[in-house]
Amino acid sequence: MQGWKPIFKKELADHFSSYRFIILFSLITMVSLIIAYMVGVTIKQDLEGVAKPKFVFLMLFISRGVVFSLVQFVAFFGPLIGLVLGFDAINRERNEGTLSKLLSQPLYRDAVINGKFLAGVVTISIMMASILLLITGMGLKIVGVIPGVEELCRIFLYLIVSIVYISFWLGVSILFSIIFRSIATSALASLALWIFFSFFVSMGATVVANAAAPDANSSNPEAMVRNAKIQRAISLISPMVLYTYGTATVIDPTRKTTSTMVLVGPMEKISQERFSGPLPLSQSILIVLPYILSLIAITAVCFAISYTIFMRREIRSL
Amino acid sequence: MDEQAIIETEDLTKVYKTQVAVDHVSFNVVQGEVFGFLGPNGAGKTTTILMLLGLTEPTSGKVRVLGVDPTRDSIKVKGMVGYMPENMGFYGDLDAVQSLKFIAELNNIPRDVADERIEAALRTVGLADEARKKVAAYSRGMRQRLGLAELVVKEPKLAFLDEPTLGLDPDATNRMMDLIESLSCEKGMTIVLCSHFLHMVQRLCRRVGIMIKGKMVAQGPMDRLAQEKLGLGAEEYTLEELYMKYFQET
Repeated sequence: MQGWKPIFKKELADHFSSYRFIILFSLITMVSLIIAYMVGVTIKQDLEGVAKPKFVFLMLFISRGVVFSLVQFVAFFGPLIGLVLGFDAINRERNEGTLSKLLSQPLYRDAVINGKFLAGVVTISIMMASILLLITGMGLKIVGVIPGVEELCRIFLYLIVSIVYISFWLGVSILFSIIFRSIATSALASLALWIFFSFFVSMGATVVANAAAPDANSSNPEAMVRNAKIQRAISLISPMVLYTYGTATVIDPTRKTTSTMVLVGPMEKISQERFSGPLPLSQSILIVLPYILSLIAITAVCFAISYTIFMRREIRSL
Repeated sequence: MDEQAIIETEDLTKVYKTQVAVDHVSFNVVQGEVFGFLGPNGAGKTTTILMLLGLTEPTSGKVRVLGVDPTRDSIKVKGMVGYMPENMGFYGDLDAVQSLKFIAELNNIPRDVADERIEAALRTVGLADEARKKVAAYSRGMRQRLGLAELVVKEPKLAFLDEPTLGLDPDATNRMMDLIESLSCEKGMTIVLCSHFLHMVQRLCRRVGIMIKGKMVAQGPMDRLAQEKLGLGAEEYTLEELYMKYFQET
């Protein structure tokens, strides 16, 4: 691990002074604040004269404003942050001739990717944390409700999962910057993958499910379940779906399952009918743990692939 | 002069898929000398240097640099050896001091020592006045001098300079030559110099190695090679004649 610290420091400084980061950050902050404001105003109107329900504060994050809720917004555009931070990590250094200079200093090759990845993760963390804090602050002012300890815990957990999710996309873009020599190619490839996972996987899932288990619209409940199961299984290859499932019950305590209504088993249905209150935090975590773990796993796999390719490359073709 | 060999290679070979880049090369570089490493483009000079630094693995053969096997312990070698690659790149948005600080940090040089060395290095290469300008605004000559300053800060025992004067104007070339000479004389650095500027090599080096198509066709003191090949005395030949003679033969 020798030598990653100076690279980490330099990359961090680069991120925070680069124009693309500042533009992206202001854009995302602006949109988040607008969403939070709209949602906040709506909540305030809805709650007027009504007894205060539990977890009002979290509604800031999960209610739909005009088009998007904040959680949906991050699921959709969060990847862009990761991609922008990493798509030229290695190939820019290669093209500018700084990589051979860097590697001729006494450091292991992996220090270069480690330093860059870590700097990206820290940048993402600072960015996400400040956005969530801003929204929390705005929520306090508009809604006038103080979040409880559990709500804060849920927001914190949501923050962590979001950081892992965006870091996955950072890993993807660093991988592409190792594979492709040209910066434009690596940028386009990462964008293509993002679009593929965000739009086409869910579309494809529906198509495949309808082909494999037709009659989904008929009154045959078995076919409906089969159709829904296939659709779900396919859509789970998308990190966006994983993330959406992984945060669903964490940020929304009234949700008790990540499944759609069709897929809820009989026992689950009974328990849902009997216990209509919100889920305790530990139970919420239990439900989403598999998704969070898969998210961490694919991030690790992606990083491992970058690692092997980078370590094995001949220096002349680097 | 202490005749201790700093670089020793024996039958060093590198094969890229089907192409033999370096073919059983054996040569020595001794302590304190400036060794001229010559050869046409694509002869395998850079590949040889990369193997000596441990940046690429030899297919076969033995290497020892400063008593260490770079294939096994490349970190140790890279800590003691400086490398100025051809077309060296710089981070354009850093200034000279920041660039040198980054190099010092990568080499684990303590901050107070580094600050002194950076100041001295910038004075040595004549960049002290432009030290706070961003490297992106530097001319080619200034960039090459900054590259040399990086070596000075690192204070390696051995330095590889790959085409340090490529694309420089005559004045900058002369300046670069003086700097290289001073590194060798004042700092006692052993230098391996790759260059096509043969008059420069003739001025700076006593011993040369000529590599053509992956093979080391000649190595030794220039005067002796000239005597053998051209039959001319020390003052009568130019390195260019000698080089062309070898080149035409192979």
